This record gives sequence, structure tokens and C-alpha cells, in this order.
Amino acid sequence: MAEALAQTTGTQVPAGAPHEGGAFPPFDATTFSSQLVWLAITFGALYYLMSKVALPRVAGILETRQAKISGDLDAATAMQAKAAEAGAAYDKTLADAKARAQATAQQMRDKLAGEADVKRKALEAELNAKLDAAEKQVSAMKAQAMTNVGAIATEAASAIVAQITGRTPDAAQISAAIAKNG
Amino acid sequence: MAAENAIDPIHQFNIVPLSGDHVGALTFTNASLFMVIVVAAISLVMVFGTSSKALVPGRLQSLAEMSYEFVASTVRGSAGHEGMRFFPFVFSLFMFVLFSNLIGLIPYTFTVTSQIIVTFAFAALVIGTVIVYGVMRHGSHFLHLFVPSGVSPILMPFIVLIEVISFVSRPISLSVRLFANMLAGHITLKVFGGFVTLMLGAGALTGIASILPLAAIVLLTAFELLVAFLQAYVFAILTCVYLNDAIHPGH
Repeated sequence: MAEALAQTTGTQVPAGAPHEGGAFPPFDATTFSSQLVWLAITFGALYYLMSKVALPRVAGILETRQAKISGDLDAATAMQAKAAEAGAAYDKTLADAKARAQATAQQMRDKLAGEADVKRKALEAELNAKLDAAEKQVSAMKAQAMTNVGAIATEAASAIVAQITGRTPDAAQISAAIAKNG
Repeated sequence: MAAENAIDPIHQFNIVPLSGDHVGALTFTNASLFMVIVVAAISLVMVFGTSSKALVPGRLQSLAEMSYEFVASTVRGSAGHEGMRFFPFVFSLFMFVLFSNLIGLIPYTFTVTSQIIVTFAFAALVIGTVIVYGVMRHGSHFLHLFVPSGVSPILMPFIVLIEVISFVSRPISLSVRLFANMLAGHITLKVFGGFVTLMLGAGALTGIASILPLAAIVLLTAFELLVAFLQAYVFAILTCVYLNDAIHPGH
């Protein structure tokens, strides 16, 4: 222990001094062959592993990811276009439906107006016909009434004549007289 | 023994065989062990982490993807699209250096990249790749790397000399930069750690004052985390720049 301590105090001050008991290790040529052999073995193995396994694999992973990302972006763009198309189609359908609804409503309105017109005309014609018929009836009744008036007048006249003169007058003469005055 | 380990700042760089005491060419040492650990940790993230191939990544897969995209953009940015043929190489280098640096920051571990032979081997591998690919692809035209266009014939020999020196110094600067950063950082951490133990042992007053080097260790550790990442990044981006020279040697 005392020896070790003495040694350490000795080597501590000149830090870069050559190592006692042999050359400075990195310049010790006796270890070079071993280091070179093992470096060749390990670096060769590393180079083989990297160039044949690891690097192609990483390149593949990166490529796959790139392809996936660009594929997804393309798909998204296509979907967006599709959505826009669907939106346009929807708008068109809506506009068409509106136009159709308007056309149908117009048609209906026209049809109803036409039907109402026809009905009104029929009703008018019927009413006119009824009016005509009523007028005819009125005039017929008037004529009848007039003839009845003639008969009553004849009767009354013959009664009056009978009262005044006391004899039954000739009916034909009275009728003719009434028709002449009446 | 433990006290000596804590104080001696060089001890952490020792390479010791895990069995026996002689280090031969195939001896499995602590350095070898940590190389295996580094590769295992990278594989955990990059192979196991991505095994589910999830569309929405989990934590490990996110880490793997981030590493991939980070290195890929670095390579593409500094070596162009053609540089992507070296992507697995640069990626392996970056991950190996990064994980070595980060794992080395954990106490009691060994830092693989704190050995000059390892960083130099990487640098030599990079420059070797640059030369072999450059000559294979461009033949003698690759030498135009040292002959910039639009230089007057009188200056040409000097320019060529400078270009050659700069090319030759690349593997040295590349390896020493990483090695020295790792070495210096770890030595500094260890020295401050030694201060703490010494001051705690020296008396009550210095024991209280030992909070200062302790705080320094905390700050330095955060700084070393930055350095660990930065040096791995610098190593990777310089590799890309050098590879770019091999792909386009005409400047």
C-alpha cells in the first residue's frame, strides 16, 4: 500500500510522462498485429452486416414509408375531388328538383285554372239555358193568361149583356168584340 | 492497485490479453473485446432495431433511420450522387468510430479509437480505397489530381510537389486527429479524476475543494461527448471529400 502510494505521487505530477515498465501503450508495436487482425475481423463483419442487411433494410423502410405517404396524399386528393364532385352533383340535383317542383306547381296551377274555367263556362251555359227556359215559360204563361183573360172577359161580357138586355148574347159576337178591343 | 488505476492516466490505454500474458497476432485482448462490443452495439441498433420494419418507427428504428439519413446526406453532399456507391463503407466507418468514441466514455471501458494503429488502419483503408478506385476508374487520368489546370508551367513543379505532399499527409492527419483527440480527452478526464481522489485523501479542507475538479470532470465529460460525435463526423466527411477526389480527380 505504501509502495503504491509512493508510486502514485510520483506519476501524478508529470501527467504525460511515459508509462513506466514499457512503452507508451498506443505506440507499443507488439500489440499492433493483434489489433489489426481483430480490427479487420470486426470491421469486416460490420461492413458485411451494414451493406448486406441493415442499410438495404433501412432504405426499404424509408422507401416504403415515402411510397405510403405519397400514396395516401394521392388518395386524399382523389377523395377530395370526389367530394367536390359529389357536392356539385348534389347542388345540381337540388336545383333540378326545385325547377321540377316549380314546373309541377305551375302545371297544377294552370290545370286547376283551366278546370275552373271550364266549370264556370258550363255553369254559365246551364244558367243561360235555364234563364231561357224560364223566360219561355213566362211568356207561355203570359200568353195562356191572356187567353184566360179573353175567356173571362167573354164570360163577364155575356153576363153583363144578359143582365142588361135579358137575353143571351151570341158568344161568337162577344169574343170578336173583345178581340177587337182587347 | 485500485488507487494506482485511478491515478495513472496512461493505464487505461494498456492492451492486455484476456487469457495468458503474451499478445500475439490472434490474441483476444481488451481492445479486441471492445471492437466486438462496438460492432455488437451497432448491430443492435441497425439490424435488431430495424427488424420489425415498422411503418411508424420505434426508438431503435428511429435511431437507425436517423443515422442512415445523416450519413446519406453527408455522403451525397460532399461526394455527390456517385459517391453513394461508397455509402456502406462511409456508414460503417462513421458508426464504428462514433460507437468506439461513445462507448470509450463509459468508465472502466477501453477506447478502440485511442490506439494510433486503429485510426491509422482506417485512414490507410480510406486512402487505399481512394487510390484503387481512382486508378481503376480513371487510369492515368487519376494523376491529374496532382496537376491542377490553369497553372503556369514555371510554377507547376512546385504545385505538383505541394499536391503530392498534401495527398500523402492526408492519412497521417486523418489518423492522428482522431487518435490525439481521443487520447488527450481521456487523459484529461483521468488526471482530473486523480485530483479528486488525491484531494479527498489529503485532508478535510482539500476534500471540500475537491468539488472543483469533480465539476470539471462533469463539464469535460459533456465536452468529450461533443468531441466523440464531432471526430466521428469529421472522419466521415473527410473520407467523403477524399472519395470525391477519386470520383472527380480533375478538381
